[in-house]
Amino acid sequence: MTLISNDRGLDMTASADASFPGDLIDRPPLQPEPVATKPMIRISGFDCFYGSTQAIFNQTMDIAENQVTALIGPSGCGKSTLLRWINRMNDEIPSARAQGSITIDGQEILGKGVDLVELRLKVGMVFQKPNPFPKSIYDNVAFGPRLHYKLSRSEVDGIVEHSLTRAGLWDEVKDRLKESALGLSGGQQQRLCIARTMAVEPTVILMDEPCSALDPKSTARIEELVDELRGSYTILMVTHNMHQAARVSDETAFMFQGKLIEHGRTEQVFHQPREKQTEDYIRGRFG
Amino acid sequence: MTQLQAGRILIPERRRSVVKRDLSELVIRVALTACGAMTVVCTTLIIYVLASNGLKFFGIADVSPWKFFTGTEWAPLLATPPKFGVLPLVMGTLLVAVIAMCVALPLGLLAAIWLSEYASPRARAIVKPTLELLAGIPTVVLGFFALMVITPVLQGAFNWTGFIEFDAFSAMSAGLAVGFLCLPTVCSLCEDALRMVPDALRQGSLGLGASRFETAVRVLIPAALSGIVSAFLLAMARAVGETMIVAIAAGSMAVFTADPSSQVQTITGHMVSMFLGDVSNFGVEYYSSYAVGALLFLMTLTMTFAGHLVRKRYRQAYE
Amino acid sequence: MKTAAPSLKNAPRRSNLGRQRTEQAFKAVCLVALVVTFGVLLTLLASVAWMGVKYLDFGFLTGLPSRHPEKAGVMPALMGTLWACLICALTAIPIGVATAVLLEEYRPKNSLGRWLMDVLQLNITNLAGVPSIVYGVLGLTVFVYVFQTAATASGPDAWSLSIGSPSGWFYLQLPMGRSVLAGGLTLALVIMPVIITAASEAIRAVPSSLKQASLALGATRWQTIRRVVLPKALPGIATGSILAMSRAIGEAAPVLMISGAVFLTFAPRNLMDKFTVMPLQIYSWVGKPQEEFHQVAATGIVVLLAVLLLFNGTAVLIRQRAQRMG
Repeated sequence: MTLISNDRGLDMTASADASFPGDLIDRPPLQPEPVATKPMIRISGFDCFYGSTQAIFNQTMDIAENQVTALIGPSGCGKSTLLRWINRMNDEIPSARAQGSITIDGQEILGKGVDLVELRLKVGMVFQKPNPFPKSIYDNVAFGPRLHYKLSRSEVDGIVEHSLTRAGLWDEVKDRLKESALGLSGGQQQRLCIARTMAVEPTVILMDEPCSALDPKSTARIEELVDELRGSYTILMVTHNMHQAARVSDETAFMFQGKLIEHGRTEQVFHQPREKQTEDYIRGRFG
Repeated sequence: MTQLQAGRILIPERRRSVVKRDLSELVIRVALTACGAMTVVCTTLIIYVLASNGLKFFGIADVSPWKFFTGTEWAPLLATPPKFGVLPLVMGTLLVAVIAMCVALPLGLLAAIWLSEYASPRARAIVKPTLELLAGIPTVVLGFFALMVITPVLQGAFNWTGFIEFDAFSAMSAGLAVGFLCLPTVCSLCEDALRMVPDALRQGSLGLGASRFETAVRVLIPAALSGIVSAFLLAMARAVGETMIVAIAAGSMAVFTADPSSQVQTITGHMVSMFLGDVSNFGVEYYSSYAVGALLFLMTLTMTFAGHLVRKRYRQAYE
Repeated sequence: MKTAAPSLKNAPRRSNLGRQRTEQAFKAVCLVALVVTFGVLLTLLASVAWMGVKYLDFGFLTGLPSRHPEKAGVMPALMGTLWACLICALTAIPIGVATAVLLEEYRPKNSLGRWLMDVLQLNITNLAGVPSIVYGVLGLTVFVYVFQTAATASGPDAWSLSIGSPSGWFYLQLPMGRSVLAGGLTLALVIMPVIITAASEAIRAVPSSLKQASLALGATRWQTIRRVVLPKALPGIATGSILAMSRAIGEAAPVLMISGAVFLTFAPRNLMDKFTVMPLQIYSWVGKPQEEFHQVAATGIVVLLAVLLLFNGTAVLIRQRAQRMG
């Protein structure tokens, strides 16, 4: 089965600023592609607070396995907050707390008894700004596997090569693995961060606006990469860029003021939004 | 998909022990907490040692707390019966500290204004680290300086007048040296406070046509006031607790006076002379040091605490 | 009814010239203040160097204190400083850095824990303001006399305890008496708040994005600290520690409490030996009536300042290097 689908009627090659979102909507609707999906992440009755401010209200959604799901919505609508609860990075913020339930593969991940290390091994995260460690390229990728596994030198070599290859970075860096990761360009750094995340073999990858700090060319490169990863990982991606959501995602969820407004196949959300607010947002009337 | 599986290297059996990981995490946490607790133990011990031995002093010395705090004669060794009125020591301490602040505050603040408002980045890059270096001059060195340079200069400048006579030891000489000791720190802290003022305020004032002087006096200093006050309080605490300079240059006679040309003894000076000579171990004068030490501790504690409160407030204002 | 707009057209102007003069004068005054600050302190250094150069030679470094100024040397004091500072560094730096890590990286979530952390923070702020002589009193009471319960009181209930033998360097005794170990530990108390503050700042400066990257890979808190936070904060911690150590080297008052005014002609041989340090040796020379000894003191100061300059120079180098590396 082919998962890398260029035939979804969406412009895959356009760089970030090439076309107006309206163009996407004006095209004739497509037949929904029949994809057998089972939910990987199930969010139900989820509320989240910072101190006494509620950031997310009673959210319920299922995120399909091995698909790319885009989370869109105006700034401050709670997309990143939701994302950061799925691997519990919000535990770092003292005032943040949550109610409700999030399960991954049937296992509840909210609550006290959850082993955060195991959770984060399963749910990797790529951040807004590339954040390589001030170590060599090799050590960046090897960081995670070395933490969790007893590995021989050659095994680590294998993981590093494999991960960098998958991230499409191997050919660019294979001759300078021992050099500092800080010497890479922004786009390369972000791909390195993706390779670093993949090196511990997560099943879910969360991406928090992974391209917002990058130039259009690097953005296109990352998008290609996400497209290649489709089918092997459940990817949940927050983005401000609706072209990007349209280009790379299988499903799209639109959030507004802490509430999930609409969630469906990307073509449907962009072409035949059920909700007025979604349509207004996609057409650029606000946000 | 098969290609993917082929590349799979991480296999569950090779996982590092989770139990070991959690255990070491726990051990580390306990160890760190123990280290943190040590600083609390340290404070507790300071208070306990000073309080218990200070109370012992009142137990064995023939002096009531009222007389101790209001007495104007301090002669633990020479007089019979020994006199324990702490005011001369407090006076000496404050005299030296006030002289020091008269030097450190105006000079430090003005130098800080030059550094933050007039200096080129290059000049600042040279001056600031040098200032930090000068802040590290040991106090013994400044004591030596007070005795060898400041005192002769004072004597040369004033003694011929016949009105003011500087002795070999004087509050003035020690105070000036303590002032120069605090100067780099005051300057550095004031400069930090001025630089904390948002540039928007500075630009706003200059944009209205104010000169740099007007900006500094009407906008920057008021805005940085709490930082400057806290720098002043910290420096004052340091001046009050300064030991070696006064031990070398202020003298060893506890005189109840506000005359800067006279020799004085400070609280710290008294403590040094008592503990140093090992005079009749564990006698009444030995315990008197704990009593005045407790007083010193309270004085500096008040100042550091006040400085901390003031600084906390201005942090809230601009961050 | 319309009111006329207020106009400044006819208002009396302040003199521009006057303002400019004030501005010039103010700038000059500020510069003078800075020049005086530097001038006085540099004069100090110059005069010390001038006085000290007479006795400065190799023999001064290797010699013992003597009644004859021309023979006097600083070897025992130099070695005492070395011993005391080694002990001080080995205790203060690990404990200080550990406390800083606790403060910065183990912020508890519950309100009791947060309250305790605030207390700890406040406690450290206050410890930083405690005069060093008070630490001296603390060291004297706790380390030297162990609350006067022990042998130095030589009462009927006196006790003492010892481990190791006086012939090796490792020799412990309780109460410690006026020993180099007691001195080093007291100095450690003095500089502990300085190290904690500096290390906290260095740790706080580590970008949180790095910590998050590590945590998101499933690293535990300590793994994150050890592999990401501490390596990144190391230059800052090292700089802070070195500056704190240079404070310990120059500190005289607490050591004075511990060691007393001793005339020593030997370097410490074990942890329980009597000792003196550079600033204390200088103090005792300054206190002598003879003019020549003041020159010897100046020579001692030159040596002390040279040691400090070495330390500070290293700290500056580390900082610059770290800044270059980004």
